Amino acid sequence: MNLKLKIWRQKDTQNRGKFVNYELRDISPDSSFLEMLDILNEQLVTRNEEPVVFDDDCREGICGACGMYINGHPHGPDTLITVCQLHMRKFKNGDTIVIEPWRARAFPMIKDLMVDRSAFDTLIQEGGYVSVNTGSAPDANNIPIKKEFAELSMDAAACIGCGACVAACKNASAMLFVGAKVSHLSLLPQGKVEARERVKRLVAMMDKLGFGNCTNTGACEAECPKGINMTNIARLNREYYKAAF
Amino acid sequence: MSLAGIFLITFLLVHMGINLLVIIFDDPMVYNRAAHFMSSNILIKIFEIVLFGGLLLHVIFALILQVQNWFARPRRYNKANYSNTSFFSKFMIHTAGIILVFLIIHFIDFYFRVKFGHSTMIHVDGVMYHDLATEIVDKFKLLPFVIFYIAAFIFLGFHLIHGFQSAFKTLGLDHKKYTPVVQALAFIYTVVVVAGYSIIPLVIYFK
Ligand code: SF4
Ligand code: FES
Repeated sequence: MNLKLKIWRQKDTQNRGKFVNYELRDISPDSSFLEMLDILNEQLVTRNEEPVVFDDDCREGICGACGMYINGHPHGPDTLITVCQLHMRKFKNGDTIVIEPWRARAFPMIKDLMVDRSAFDTLIQEGGYVSVNTGSAPDANNIPIKKEFAELSMDAAACIGCGACVAACKNASAMLFVGAKVSHLSLLPQGKVEARERVKRLVAMMDKLGFGNCTNTGACEAECPKGINMTNIARLNREYYKAAF
Repeated sequence: MSLAGIFLITFLLVHMGINLLVIIFDDPMVYNRAAHFMSSNILIKIFEIVLFGGLLLHVIFALILQVQNWFARPRRYNKANYSNTSFFSKFMIHTAGIILVFLIIHFIDFYFRVKFGHSTMIHVDGVMYHDLATEIVDKFKLLPFVIFYIAAFIFLGFHLIHGFQSAFKTLGLDHKKYTPVVQALAFIYTVVVVAGYSIIPLVIYFK
């Protein structure tokens, strides 16, 4: 298939950046989106041009490193996948594909499609952990946990920290990510002890890092590759009120 | 934000109930008495201050949050807002702007006239009443007025249909079983409020 690409190119934070148009021919519909970009980059290198910079690592949809904003959707038009799991068969021959980086004040630009998501690491350092030693895997079964809570916690733990929720949100809010961390840890007995401190610290840090405020629009849930549910945001609010009063 | 919103949501129902008296009863004095009671009762006087406070809080918080949200994404997307989401929540600030303009005009029209004594008075059984009912009827005989009010109610409906259920989520109330109930309630409430308010100018205009 033949494609027109409109890709955001930006040398660094200081530069203004702009869209550059590229044309690609004979792309297999079976290739993945990132493979398509690899082909483009090979062509750019042979033409002695700068390749397009983007993040990726596992290319198996599990690490959360990849991420770009394709035709108005984080991770592209398909649902419940990361961009490394997106395939070109989702597009039509002759399509124009607009590719932008995640845009948020808390995710400063590095280059082209790569942004600095260390704000999420800062959040994890602030409250995405438990201070007790939980032992090794078999020890987990020594503490009986209600199935309902175990499931809710596991669902929230599926978050891979890709940042699509922030990218999708019209307010660039990190509530889904933080909500997932709070649910993941505070529903379990090992995490309950620090629940109050955790939620207060996370919310304060989230505001400090310059993320926006939640308006319950639900773009995060619609675009999250791991299907993290918005009920986690309500739980975050609930935990916050519990900690505050 | 959400608490002030829920407070305003309840007030809308009360206000609507009293207004409907204008079209339910042929005698304009029923509404005038109700309005008179509302403006002379001390409890209601206090409530009035609380109400303005609630409205002001709602507006101020909205502005602060909105400005923060704009700052959170200094550079816009070329293609934005394509996600499959709650439609009206994308336009809360816009519908809010329209409602605010409406409220200002509405206050100039009715509330301030009564407060600052520009309305006609009538004498019944030795008590002076503002003849608001007749004024309302006079106003809504004018077509542009009717259209403007109904348009504002429709935008209010857009604002409410998201605001109602969003307020619950912000308060931490989101539940597999009950959230659909809240959403259904939000829909019914919105339809009732928009229809209830809109029917007043319509009935008066066509009578
Ligand atoms: S909540 Fe979903 S979209 Fe947000 S970081 Fe986690 S996996 Fe990515
Ligand atoms: S590269 Fe690891 S999730 Fe896409």
